[in-house]
Amino acid sequence: MAEISAGPSGHSAAIVWWRDERKRALLWQVLVVAGVIAAIWFIASNTIENLRTLGVPLGLDFLDFPAGFAISFSLIPTDLDSSIGRLIVAGILNTLLATAICVVLSTFIGFLVGVLRLSGNYLISRLATVYVEAVRNVPLLVQLLFWYVAIVKFFPNVRQSISLNDMVFLSNRGIYAPRPVPQDDFSIVLVALAVGIAIAFGIRRWAKRRQEATGKQFPIGLSALGAILLLPILVSVLLGNPVEWELPALQGFNFQGGIVLQPELATLVIGLSIYTAAFIAEIVRGGILAISHGQTEAAYALGLRPSRTLRLVIVPQALRIIVPPLTSQYLNIAKNTTLAGAIAYPDIFSIIGTSLNQTGRAVENIAIMMGFFLLLSLIISWFMNWYNRRIALVER
Amino acid sequence: MTDETVTTPPEETRKPDLPPPITAAGPIAWMRDNLFSSPLNIVLTLISVYLIYKVVPPVLQWAIFDATWTFPPEVVTGDRPPSISDCAPGGACWLFVRARLGQFMFGFYPDPERWRVILSFALGAIGIYGLLGGPAPLKRHFAIFFFVAFPILSFWLLRGGLGLTPVPTELWGGFMLTLVIALVGIVLSLPIGILLALGRRSKLPIVQLVCVIVIEVVRGVPLITVMFMANIMLPLFLPPGMDVNVLLRVLVGTTLFVSAYMAEVVRGGLQAIPKGQFEGAMAMGLGYWSMMRLIILPQALRISIPGIVNTFIGFFKDTTLVSMVGLYDFLNMVKAGYKDANWVGVEISGYAFCAIVYWICCFSMSRYSMYLERKLHTGHKKR
Repeated sequence: MAEISAGPSGHSAAIVWWRDERKRALLWQVLVVAGVIAAIWFIASNTIENLRTLGVPLGLDFLDFPAGFAISFSLIPTDLDSSIGRLIVAGILNTLLATAICVVLSTFIGFLVGVLRLSGNYLISRLATVYVEAVRNVPLLVQLLFWYVAIVKFFPNVRQSISLNDMVFLSNRGIYAPRPVPQDDFSIVLVALAVGIAIAFGIRRWAKRRQEATGKQFPIGLSALGAILLLPILVSVLLGNPVEWELPALQGFNFQGGIVLQPELATLVIGLSIYTAAFIAEIVRGGILAISHGQTEAAYALGLRPSRTLRLVIVPQALRIIVPPLTSQYLNIAKNTTLAGAIAYPDIFSIIGTSLNQTGRAVENIAIMMGFFLLLSLIISWFMNWYNRRIALVER
Repeated sequence: MTDETVTTPPEETRKPDLPPPITAAGPIAWMRDNLFSSPLNIVLTLISVYLIYKVVPPVLQWAIFDATWTFPPEVVTGDRPPSISDCAPGGACWLFVRARLGQFMFGFYPDPERWRVILSFALGAIGIYGLLGGPAPLKRHFAIFFFVAFPILSFWLLRGGLGLTPVPTELWGGFMLTLVIALVGIVLSLPIGILLALGRRSKLPIVQLVCVIVIEVVRGVPLITVMFMANIMLPLFLPPGMDVNVLLRVLVGTTLFVSAYMAEVVRGGLQAIPKGQFEGAMAMGLGYWSMMRLIILPQALRISIPGIVNTFIGFFKDTTLVSMVGLYDFLNMVKAGYKDANWVGVEISGYAFCAIVYWICCFSMSRYSMYLERKLHTGHKKR
């Protein structure tokens, strides 16, 4: 008995050191650190040894080498003599472009389908269900390959392309549309646009203040839209249309001029957006269903119309549930663009792959690619977390 | 049975009840309520009818009525191999699937040995059934079977040796390879994922840091880059002269990838366990590992079963990416079929077949996961 009640000082001395929790924690951590250091040392020494036997140097100098391969689509001018670094930048831009288009498109389709699935209309809600279940249970790669074959094989060739009013052309070489070419006076239109936006913000502030003071409502959305659209259009009509449209025209074997959406990019955008939209639709549906029906009933009891109930009561609450899983879907879009390699869209992954084959610099190339994706993931989650905080419930 | 109240007339003079007005019950009322209740709904209904009319008949026509299902007689008698010209143009060419089904399923695995593949997957199916839906007292045995005995047995069955004809992994392919990658992924990633999740929830800062870095880095990059890295970098990381075959490299990459996702699922389960459970276990004098093994993990894993199944479904779909590093999984085997000069131009039918097979697998798994979710919803799910 005397030994047990010896007090804290005697206690720690009485037990063996490997039964002391603090010492055990320290031991575990030392073991983990030792394991990690050993693993890194093992990998690094082997890699250096292997690279020496292969005769491959280590360093980023290869980025300045002329690439010697061309890419089919790029936002910045590139040719056969461009450096590898420049092509990698082009690939990064291509990935970002595809990601941005897919995020916008899949969010739009996803919200639409998610709401339609909850619609009281039997047919449309069943159709939405069929869409979601059909799309999300088939691997993305199968869908992308399918769309690619469908677009390349079933769209007509250039000479028989489907034209919309001789302005937009659909063919197996992609979608061609007119390109706006700004003329000298175009800057004035831009100024008008800026003024329009400023006026819209002014109207919003004034209308809010008036509603708080008098309770009278003002059609903010409509008048703001009018200010933003009408002013620039009016100015450009007065100036005599300072934008000229460059129409795509058939020359030889392909169209010249205009904006082109290549079949590869079109496939990626269509396939990835349709795929991700199915997941977003489920997230949206879950978010809206999670809002208790009492909220809707209370809003009706206050006399709000269904559209306002949705906009003022349901959606702000549902967004809090929707945004975190939506973030991971956006991250998935960014990561899934790498499947573009299978359909020959020159994204970062396929350019890094080619560059790796050409230079043999495995470590550096893969480090660049992984670094890029980690950075992109970080930026997307940071932005979505910021948005999430902004719409979060403000509690006392 | 005659009613004696004054208000109701006697039985013989009483007229039979009229049916409810057709605007209140029956198909017309149902259509009014569900299809034409407002102008917006009418528009939506018309749009859906138009969509169904535009999509369903042509697809049925292509896939069933205009499709070619049977071989012409000279192919059946073996006079010449089947080819795309045996198929009617404008319909699906299911002859392609019939002619190559063996290859789609087993790759280049030798014909007389294919029973071994079937047997090992049957063992796997028994293990999964026992773990998820089997009788509760036997779960422990099933777990040992699935995570220890099954991998060893099926490795022996598939690879050969010790009395069986050896089959090198280069011959593995088709749906069988897809299943091998998926099952190895799940069997290995679950234990690794549990360790990573425990590490991330650990109070030891360095252990926690290491686990967070591993999980977040792997989750931050696409699967294809992880696979690419395993394929190209793994030989560089190992001592010179140590050769690892492509399948093994891919398996290392995919296992690492799924483990990170599994860790997050298990962490979710761990977070849902009330603090009282930890404190109760500690009050009983259990150490960390006994507490986790006996009290916390059995509860946490049970909560995370639907999440684990969902992760598995996602991973099952992702196995198609191994075709991008040159392995002949189901999808790549079908793709390889088009390169045959006899079958040029059969892509759409091939991809449709792929899509149907994957859809059946994933859809049934997701339904099963929903059923489990309902079954496991036993009340003490969350605080």
